[in-house]
Amino acid sequence: MTATTADARPPELRLPKRRGVELSLLIGAVLISVYGYAAVGLARNDAVPPDVAGYGAGLGLLALLAHLAVRFRAPFADPLLLPIAVLLNGLGLVLIYRLDLETPSDRAATTQLIWSTLGVAFFIAVVVLLRDHRVLQRYAYLSVATALVLLIVPIFFPAVNGAKIWIRIGGLSFQPGEFAKILLAVFFAAYLAANRNALAYTGRRVWKLQFPTGRVLGPIVAIWLLSVGVLVLERDLGTSLLFFGLFVILLYVATGRIGWIAVGLLLAAAGAFVVGSFEPHVHSRVEDWLDPYATIDAGQGPSQLAQSLFAFAAGGMFGTGLGLGHSILIGFAAKSDFILATAGEELGLAGLTAIFLLYALLVARGFRAGLALRDPFGRLLSIGLASILALQVFVIAGGVMGLIPLTGMAMPFLAQGGSSVVTNWIIVALLIRVSDVSRTPDPGPDPDPATAAAAGDGPAGEAE
Amino acid sequence: MIPYIRHAAGFCLLLLLALLANAARVQVFEADELDSNSANRRTTIDRYDQPRGNILVGDEPVTGSKDTGQQLAYERTYRHGPLYAPVTGYASQTYGTSLLENAEDRVLSGTDPLLAPLPLWGDVTRSRQPGGNVVTTIEGPVQRAAYEGLDGRRGAVAALDPATGRILALVSTPSYDPEVISGTGTAVTDAWTRLNRAQSRPMLNRAIRQTYPPGSAFKIVTAAAALDAQVVTDPDAATDTPSPYVLPGTSTVLPDEARGCEEASLAEAIRVSCNTVMAHLGVEVGLDGMLEAVGRFGFNDNDLKIPSRVARSNFDSDMSDDQLAQSSIGQFDTAATPLQMAMVASAVANDGDLRRPHLVDRVTTDDGDTVRQQGSDSYHQAMNPTTAQQLRRMMVDVVEDGTGTNAAIDGVTVGGKTGTAQHGVDNSGTPYAWFIAWAQAPDSGRPAVAVAVVVEDAAADRADVSGGGNAAPIARAVMEAALDR
Repeated sequence: MTATTADARPPELRLPKRRGVELSLLIGAVLISVYGYAAVGLARNDAVPPDVAGYGAGLGLLALLAHLAVRFRAPFADPLLLPIAVLLNGLGLVLIYRLDLETPSDRAATTQLIWSTLGVAFFIAVVVLLRDHRVLQRYAYLSVATALVLLIVPIFFPAVNGAKIWIRIGGLSFQPGEFAKILLAVFFAAYLAANRNALAYTGRRVWKLQFPTGRVLGPIVAIWLLSVGVLVLERDLGTSLLFFGLFVILLYVATGRIGWIAVGLLLAAAGAFVVGSFEPHVHSRVEDWLDPYATIDAGQGPSQLAQSLFAFAAGGMFGTGLGLGHSILIGFAAKSDFILATAGEELGLAGLTAIFLLYALLVARGFRAGLALRDPFGRLLSIGLASILALQVFVIAGGVMGLIPLTGMAMPFLAQGGSSVVTNWIIVALLIRVSDVSRTPDPGPDPDPATAAAAGDGPAGEAE
Repeated sequence: MIPYIRHAAGFCLLLLLALLANAARVQVFEADELDSNSANRRTTIDRYDQPRGNILVGDEPVTGSKDTGQQLAYERTYRHGPLYAPVTGYASQTYGTSLLENAEDRVLSGTDPLLAPLPLWGDVTRSRQPGGNVVTTIEGPVQRAAYEGLDGRRGAVAALDPATGRILALVSTPSYDPEVISGTGTAVTDAWTRLNRAQSRPMLNRAIRQTYPPGSAFKIVTAAAALDAQVVTDPDAATDTPSPYVLPGTSTVLPDEARGCEEASLAEAIRVSCNTVMAHLGVEVGLDGMLEAVGRFGFNDNDLKIPSRVARSNFDSDMSDDQLAQSSIGQFDTAATPLQMAMVASAVANDGDLRRPHLVDRVTTDDGDTVRQQGSDSYHQAMNPTTAQQLRRMMVDVVEDGTGTNAAIDGVTVGGKTGTAQHGVDNSGTPYAWFIAWAQAPDSGRPAVAVAVVVEDAAADRADVSGGGNAAPIARAVMEAALDR
């Protein structure tokens, strides 16, 4: 990410396609997952699990199909995105399978593999059917309308473990908020791309802050308030925090106004304080965070957070080894919200660092695709999607490790949860699509106008 | 827009760095504290995730382990649970451990550094060895003879090898099966409650944890004190004791149940169990002399371990002469564990050299390699060897021609002493029947076994309770089993 990469596009930046690299990395990702699966079996039963071949073939087939879709429909796409997604998904399956051994009545890994298949199907569909991400810009208002419906619907369904974020129909359940975050990212990106100049340069200046006109700011604030309000009603503060962070980041990137960050932080602090003080569900989470061991002292046994911290501590530097930890003690959310505790206990700080680096790489590649793009919508969209990943990892990992108050969210790709896996595959598909556009050599005989357009967004043009 | 994208990317990177720093905080810097939190079940789970080592009697394990498939995987099982419960104790996932299971827990659970192939290696790897085995000194047939002899009556037996201090039998009845409290759950807690509420107190180890007034069996100790202090120089010479005897400084009269105790010799007083002579001798030895003598036998020792702690046997250190007189015949505050009284018999049998009683012969790894061997160790010279010789003859007289004829074994030299201990308010309780003895095979140079038997026998008619009648036959059965080994 040097300055030359994006500001001026020298001819030697005609990037190779790198599909062979992607395929090799995919093979590595599948092999690592299969190895993990076998390691669990060896540690637990001194035998390789009988279905390891089926599992490996399944994951390998998914990876291959995804790879073929990319190879033929997005040949210039970033070669790291897909292997990282496959590795994280495979690792998640290993961890869930490992926890399944402790809960004979609940086989979640198989279900997760089915959802992963569906996720890859969506991935392929997006890569194949969406030839140009700019099409999405047209559906900005449809996206936001759909997102709001998805966010509102769960209010009419009963709460699950304190949060009304689920829709249950028959035996199936899913979290519509997961899909809503993509739709909101599309909307924010489209709206800010269209109105960023108005947001940045019109309106009144009060003290050092430049406020945009209500006509421009109104819709975006209204929609943001509505989504956040709905989430407070549903008591899903994690998603609320995610939307809020996404909104502030995109607003800052679009307008370059540092004031937005200040306002955002103030609003966040105030909102967090009010909700944390008065909403009982959230209040108890904050109390747990402030003193995870209070329930132990009160003789009620360790809280989920304390159990999670015990699991991380038990892992130490190098972990107990796959299958040899006791993170199942965390209880009912061990496979979903707390999946990272199993990784921490059995893979140790070393494994956890690797996982965080995989996420960091995924996020960095998303940002990089955005940097290299020329259209503002594509930029904001890829940055929004990458930020969603980063924020979500931070909110849930920080929650289960006691860095911030716990909010129920899914660790992208790792955690058990169908809606989450499908959503994350769609995010990666969109990043693949965007990166393909950003890395495709300019077709025109004269690349200068495009370069000029890109340079036009540079610091010189926007400096205050 | 580009610098802002970079800022945003930097912000996301910062979030991930914060996560990494926090992971290091929890997993490295706070790990020890979290690991040792009392609410963290991992230590417990690890403890039970491998089979526990076994406790052996001879070559036969009397314990076992079974995989329950539960979170706490391995549960303790017991073979002949009630027979060996006073030896093994229990190892319960709910209630912890007791007796040998407790004293040798580090070996049995595999955490003892002795079991590691290289010193300190276990500390480095944090790995555990398979549980080691504990081989007891118990002789199965002796234990069984004692258990069957008591036949469910409340009581206890302790048998020793006088030459080594090896404990050959340690029985307490009524007993219980420790297996019923091995695991977790309501069945276990119910069993625990039931065992603890039972009137017969089956979980009480009467052989080492309960003290009884030793009654006349204590007269051996008084006799040893009198001979060692040379208050008596010729055991067959008449003493100047009247019968009945008025306790010094009081008008209380101490009677004899036996005949012919008036000015009886020490030997005669032991043979027919004269209260008057022995009470008088105790007073003549004096409090300091008696305290010194009882201490050499193990009374008033708070720290006796076999390796489980043995309850302190008591002889008061601050008494008037009348109290001393009563104490010298095993009454007043005098109290002894059955093991203590077996030690008295053992000291007499082994020329006054009292060997330290012990229950563990050796400790082995799970493969059977011995990593610790218990040797024989002198505890105290309890009396002069000549005193021991004289007492041996007197104890033989008791069995051949005195109160202990029920303990006689054909062709075997047996020495014994009966006791019938009064207790309760105004001696209203059913007396405890005692018998202490030793036996020597004719072709052997030294006695093979020393034994103490106590029968509480609450159901018996008070008049029928006597050491000779109730306890001596049990002692005989135990000695026969020990001689056969």
